[in-house]
Formats: sequence, C-alpha cells, structure tokens
Amino acid sequence: MNPSKVELEAHCIDHNAKLVCLSRDPVCQVVFHFHGLLSTSQTQFSDCRGRSLDPCAIAAMDFSNFQAPGMYPYHASASKQAEKSYVDHPIMGPHSSSFTLMPSAPTTHTQYPYVTGTSVLGIKYKDGVLLAADTAGSYGSTVRYKSVERLKPVGKTTVLGASGEISDFQAINQMLEQLVTKDFMWDDGNNLGPVEIHNYLNRVMYNRRNKFDPLWNSLVLGGVKNGEKYLGVVTMIGVHYVDDHVATGFGNHLARPIFRDEWRPDLTLEEAVALLEKCMLVLFYRDRSAVNKFQIANITDGGVQITEPYALQTNWSLKAFENPTAGAVGSW
Amino acid sequence: MSKTGVNEVLSKGGFSFDLCRRNAMLQQQGAKLPKYRKTGTTIVGLIFKDGVILGADTRATEGEIVCDKNCEKIHYLAPNISCCGAGTAADTENVTDMISSQLTLHRYATGRVSRVVTALTMLKSHLFGYQGQVSAALVLGGVDVTGPHLHAVYPHGSTDTLPFATMGSGSLAAMSVFESRYKEDLTRDEGMEIVSAAICAGIFNDLGSGSNVDLCIITKEGKEYLRNYQQPNPRSYTRSKGYDFKNGHTAVLSTNITQLRQHVQVLEGDAMEEE
Repeated sequence: MNPSKVELEAHCIDHNAKLVCLSRDPVCQVVFHFHGLLSTSQTQFSDCRGRSLDPCAIAAMDFSNFQAPGMYPYHASASKQAEKSYVDHPIMGPHSSSFTLMPSAPTTHTQYPYVTGTSVLGIKYKDGVLLAADTAGSYGSTVRYKSVERLKPVGKTTVLGASGEISDFQAINQMLEQLVTKDFMWDDGNNLGPVEIHNYLNRVMYNRRNKFDPLWNSLVLGGVKNGEKYLGVVTMIGVHYVDDHVATGFGNHLARPIFRDEWRPDLTLEEAVALLEKCMLVLFYRDRSAVNKFQIANITDGGVQITEPYALQTNWSLKAFENPTAGAVGSW
Repeated sequence: MSKTGVNEVLSKGGFSFDLCRRNAMLQQQGAKLPKYRKTGTTIVGLIFKDGVILGADTRATEGEIVCDKNCEKIHYLAPNISCCGAGTAADTENVTDMISSQLTLHRYATGRVSRVVTALTMLKSHLFGYQGQVSAALVLGGVDVTGPHLHAVYPHGSTDTLPFATMGSGSLAAMSVFESRYKEDLTRDEGMEIVSAAICAGIFNDLGSGSNVDLCIITKEGKEYLRNYQQPNPRSYTRSKGYDFKNGHTAVLSTNITQLRQHVQVLEGDAMEEE
C-alpha cells in the first residue's frame, strides 16, 4: 500500500515546537520543508518511543507501521471513517483529536481552575431541602463575575449547586440536560430523582478523575421525591456522601460548626432560612471570594423554587474598630 | 572592657541565619527534622463590658499524636495581663516567660502597673527580630489604666487590635461562632458563654484541638483563671475496682535485699544525732 504523502511547511520554529501532523490517516509519510530560522540544536524531534531523531532523517522514514498513541489503530478504509469513535465524545474522550509525531511532551489536562465559585451550603428541614450559594465568579483574586447562578434545577425534583470551576459546571449542566431529556422521552411515568442523579454525577466525576482530567467542582445535590428528602455531595475526585447538612469549600470550616451546633431535623422554613443566612453572613465576612448577593433554593414535594439574588445586612461599625490605638498613640 | 583584636568582628546580636541554608539543604537531601511539639489549638479572646475574656483548649500534639491531653495554654504575663499561645509549644512558653520577666523588671523600674501595649511592643519586637522563626501566634489580653485591650500577635511580628480574636488551627470554627454571636457590651456571663461555645466549636470540629476548655477573665478588679472550666470530653470508662495483683501471680526466681540505710556502730566518741 502506498502511504500517502503529507507535506508540512514550518516557518521559524521556536524552542519547544511540537510539529503536529493533522492528518487522521496514521499511515502516511510526512515530509517537512523548513523555511526561515531553524535551530536544530533547540527544536526537539523524537519518534513515538521518545528516541530523538535527526531532522533530515524524518523525511526518509517509513511510516507504514506507525500508530499514533491515543487513537484506535484503524486502517485507512472508508467504512471505518464513518464509525463514530469515542474520540469524538464531548466529555469522555481525549481532548486532542490530532495525533502528534512528537509525543515527548506529555498531554496535560486540567491542572487548575480559572473562574471559580466559592462555597455552597445545604440543609434538610422539616418540609424539604434548602440550598444556598452566592453569585460570585472569581478569576483568581478578582471578583470577575458578580451574577453567576450557581444553583440550577435538574428536572422537577432536584437542584444542583456547584463550587469550583464554572465552565465545568456548565458542562455538567449540559450533560444533565441531555439526561433529563432522554428520561422525558421514555415517557414511562417515572422521572429521575435525586438519588439517580447523584449516582450519575458520582460516576462521571470519578471516571474523569481516573483519566487525570477532572471536572474541577464540588457538587451539592438536594432534592425531594415522593416525600423523601435527599442531600448529597460529590467532589472532584469522586468522594460522595449524603448528610443532613453539607457545605463545600470554605463553608466546611466556617458553616459546618454552626450547623453541627444548631441544626435540628424539625426546623421550619423560616428557621432554616435564618440558619442559612447566618452562615452566609459569616462566609461573607470571612471568605475573600464571597460577595453579598445570595440565592436560596427551596425543594419540597411541590417542586423547586430558586429565589432571586438578594443581599444581607452587615455591620461593620464595632466600637473597637473605630480607634484601635486610642490607648497607645503611635502604635498600630 | 576587654580589648578586641583588630581582626575580630564584634557580634551584632540578633538571630544568626548562617545555618538556615544548610538546614534547608539537608532537608532536601532527605534528613528529617524532629517533629515539633505543637499546640494544634483553638485560642480566643473577647472584649466584654468590663474587661477581657481569654479562652483556650488543652490539647498538645506532636505530629499526629496527642502528647498532652491537658496542657495550659493561657500564660501569665503580669497580674493584669494574660496571653494565650498557639504554634510551637516551646516558643510560646519561652517567649511569654521572657516577656513576663521583662515586664516585672519594668514594673520595678517605673513603679506602675504594666500596660498591655508594653507587653505587645515587647512581644512584637522580639518576634520580628527572629523573622518568623519563633513560631508563636498569641492572643494577648489585659486591663490597665487605659481600659481593656485585646491583641492578636502573629509569628512574623505583626499585630491586630480587635474586639474579638481567634488563632490556631481551630480559629475558623471558633470565628464562625464569634461572627454569628458577638455584639457590643456583653455581660460577663454572656461573654463566658460565647467564649466557651467558640472553644467547644474548635474542640469538636478541629482535629488539632481537644479535651477541655480553660478560661481567664480579666477586669480592673483582677484576674480570674478558671482552669478546666468545662470538661466536655470525660473519660467514658474507668474500672471501678482498679487493678491489683496479688502475691503469687508471678514466679519469684531469686531474692536479694540491700539495706539502704547502713547502721553504723560508734566505737569511740559521741553518736551523731539522726534526724
């Protein structure tokens, strides 16, 4: 079989250049034409086993047996091209759909989050479940977005709240929408409840973590189905549990002690909202990425209600802050 | 005054950082530094209507082990000033001891009651001079002629003057209690209630803190140190009969009796009086 010939032109290759052949056909011969500056001492060329190569030797190589890592070893036949491979799956597949002839640099996936949301709190009360989250999306140390809704309804029975990377939360929402649509199309009189969605999210998060490409979120899932209240957490590495009161992020340190002290199973809606507001206020005072704009989601047997964002009263006028050095002029 | 040779360099005083680099290099090569006895800790302070209330837990940890279940973290500085310490136990105890001695000498020199800002300035100058190597985080509180004062002192030498303060690994748990419950002009009982609730939050929600609650209430009348004010972690089981092993349970292989007191026979002269 004659291998197809792919000619690539490279200009001014710099240090650490990775020459990528964008042909999906693994059986091809690549000829590089170099123009401009090429410092062969810096640019790295290596074969699939990591052995370094002389650039002139590449053109003469026989790629007939070459198999790129990360792709099915398919042969150039028309029928296989039509097959939808797992590489195209939006979430589960590898994210680079080209193969590289220089696999020396490791493929890197999500290393750190960019736009993040801070804590989410959740408690069960007498008639249902309450979730609370503020509406801030921080970009490192700046509060970049102040109206990010981090509580989203899923179907008729649950609400999902997320802290961590906002884009991953949006991807999760898309996946859940597809899931809920498929479930609706079954039209069998039953719908996905919080237990099922919690399990689904747990599988997704854990599988992504095993591929070293996590969805960088801590998720809180609250729901009521057939009178049963459910409140669970899934973290980015796949840790999952259910509890009567949960918190993510900073809420673990600042809100959990208050919950453990003051939560009761028979809280009324007003008492439960007051408890959540107390914790959100402490978080606003002491968490630098929190803003004074919250939403509370209320899930009962009758359905899901998410409030419009609102603010809480704060008090910054303690006497001791007014003149801290009154007793010692000149100190700080 | 001794004569110094031309080639001798007079020591400038202060901390010598010469060995820090060598220690870091050794650590990189794999040498393990000994684990410090840390106090884990939740320490808090609060200003109420008439004065200051300081609170602390009583657990001391050495790595993952609790080495002292009932240590004292509220240290004496002056009759009207006390200091809670978090961080390395040796550092907190010795620093507070040193500044306490200096304050006593200062009182003798001036003939006046010590002021809290004096203790504060001495502590922060000392800690700053050691550039954070003295790992002591303190909550300093007291009442002097200018009124009640509460300060938080950090290991690098910075200080905060606050109406309520928490330090240590349990500081977030304790701060959540303070932030939700503190108000101005608390009475003594309300203040004690809030401080012990904050320490209990640290004890039950932080692994580095535990055991009992110590309180110290300072007003212009005086200081009241309530050691083990609350003991929310009692030993759940004690064997009522105790342990006793009767003779005969262990086989005796040999017996050798040595008289500890030698009886001396006096042949001449007077016998010494034995008391």
